[in-house]
Amino acid sequence: MNIMAEQKQNIVEIRHLYKSYHRGSLVVPVLYDITFDIVAGEFLALMGPSGSGKTTLLNLLAGIDKADEGSIRVGDMDITTLSETELAHWRANHVGFIFQFYNLIPVLKAVENVELPLHLTSLSKRERREHAEMALHMVGLDHRMDHYPQELSGGEQQRVAIARAIVTDPTILVADEPTGDLDRVSAEEILAMMERLNTEMGKTIIMVTHDPRAAQRAKILRHLDKGYLTDDDSQNPL
Amino acid sequence: MMILKILFRNAFHNKLRSGLTILGIAVAILAFGLLRTVISSWYAGVEAASTSRLVTRNAISIIFTLPLSYNEKIRQIEGVKIVSYGNWFGGVYIDEKNFFPNFCVEPRTYLEIYPEFVLSPAEKKAFLADRKGFVAGRKLAAKYGWKIGDGVTLKGTIYPGNWDFVLRGIYKGRDDTTDETQFYFHWDYLNETIKKVSPPRADQVGFYMIAVTRPDLSADVALAVDKTFKNSLAETLTETEKAFNQGFIAMSGAIVTAIQMVSFVVIIIIMAVVANTMAMTTRERIGDYAIMKTLGFGGRDITVLIFGESLVISLTGCLTGMILTFPAAAAFGQALANFFPIFIVSTETLYLDILAAILIGCLAAIIPTRQAIRIGIADGLRRIG
Repeated sequence: MNIMAEQKQNIVEIRHLYKSYHRGSLVVPVLYDITFDIVAGEFLALMGPSGSGKTTLLNLLAGIDKADEGSIRVGDMDITTLSETELAHWRANHVGFIFQFYNLIPVLKAVENVELPLHLTSLSKRERREHAEMALHMVGLDHRMDHYPQELSGGEQQRVAIARAIVTDPTILVADEPTGDLDRVSAEEILAMMERLNTEMGKTIIMVTHDPRAAQRAKILRHLDKGYLTDDDSQNPL
Repeated sequence: MMILKILFRNAFHNKLRSGLTILGIAVAILAFGLLRTVISSWYAGVEAASTSRLVTRNAISIIFTLPLSYNEKIRQIEGVKIVSYGNWFGGVYIDEKNFFPNFCVEPRTYLEIYPEFVLSPAEKKAFLADRKGFVAGRKLAAKYGWKIGDGVTLKGTIYPGNWDFVLRGIYKGRDDTTDETQFYFHWDYLNETIKKVSPPRADQVGFYMIAVTRPDLSADVALAVDKTFKNSLAETLTETEKAFNQGFIAMSGAIVTAIQMVSFVVIIIIMAVVANTMAMTTRERIGDYAIMKTLGFGGRDITVLIFGESLVISLTGCLTGMILTFPAAAAFGQALANFFPIFIVSTETLYLDILAAILIGCLAAIIPTRQAIRIGIADGLRRIG
């Protein structure tokens, strides 16, 4: 019962969130009064048409952009009150990122890319390497750790990106169209891997996607349209 | 450590662009080094001048002479150790393009005043004994293939006629800054000949060289010499050898300034080229920097990456340019030995090269760094794909 109660705790609480962009003198509203919670251990998919504000929402709750109004509490921290430097530290400790275009550093080998976020921790050189190798082992890329990104397929690069995202054991994993640049087989592999991270390791995942097949893997589905959340908290009907 | 790894790998990631930029910097540093060496060579005579030597000349102009009779009067002034004298001869060897400095001097005292001209005792004895003898610097003798005992004829320009000499000694410089391209012969040889062909020009000297007993007496001795000949028909101007040489340099001050300006223009041009390279590089890597910021790296890390890459490129170019400067300076010095007898790349020039490279690297990185730091992470990430 205790475990169940703990799992029901909110890991993310978003309250009355507004965001707009400024293009010269033009103000373009993107998000309106967004309020919802994400439970720890959840796998949430954010869906919506282009320009609906889903990537903006993901950026806000991952601490890489700032809201105009409202609050975002992740764990016990209201990240809207943090300075840029504090946000950088917070991201390093609490967020793992998976992007559509993998976003690996091209001059670093796979293992070095995975090791990169660990340079902001107090781990020793040996410990960093062990952690990075373990993360690559988890995504099945032990044999590719000394390869540069350009020597890997799209699917493999995305697996390296996942290893980099989980190597610091973050509070939440955010994924922006993680299968958007992959073929169908690779996309399925990546989604299966993310599903395992959620079910077997209890990772909280927030994923932005256009792809209904990707959304199918999530436990909760949220729709955004023109900056508004258009559904209530509900189980994924897909 | 990882930042350093990324920095170095980034610097050579685009091999063609980095290679061409490094080549450009190397050529600029080479040009800068050579131009600075030309300027140093211009001042080599000033640098080599002794503080315990004075030069006395006619107060009106160097082209006017002084009576030989001043020699004894100067020698009697307190603080004077040795007095020598001489004239600029201005002779031409075979053809006018074969320029080298040639003087007639009182040989015994002149060699005493200039201990940096090193002659073997036998050669010195032979030179002093032969009124038609001359000594030449090692580089000059080597250039024309002269050997001891060889006869050499100079065509006089100030003192008309063909003047025959016999090589009695080849002097070596005591150190690198000694000019080894000069030609000295007996003042008496000139004077005796002039007495026959143009008596009014006889017993006249172009300059007196004075060695003082102590360098701190130089000013007093100079004043005393000039005071001695005040209100005479040929008033004197006495100054240290350094000031005298500097006076010559001042005549060509505009050329030196022009060379200095060109050397700095070269640096400014290459700075613009490196800045352009860094701007392109940073624009390409804006996504990488956004990723690093996303992962938690700060502005300081990004600054280190961009400044570091710029400095690695500029210092690699600088090192290449510095290495190339030595053979280039040797070839340049050899080709223009008549004009720049001492053409040595100085330590100061090498320091200036490094300073210029650091300046290029840092200034070229300022604007790209500012752009990379100021761009929002979300904007940076949008540029990927």
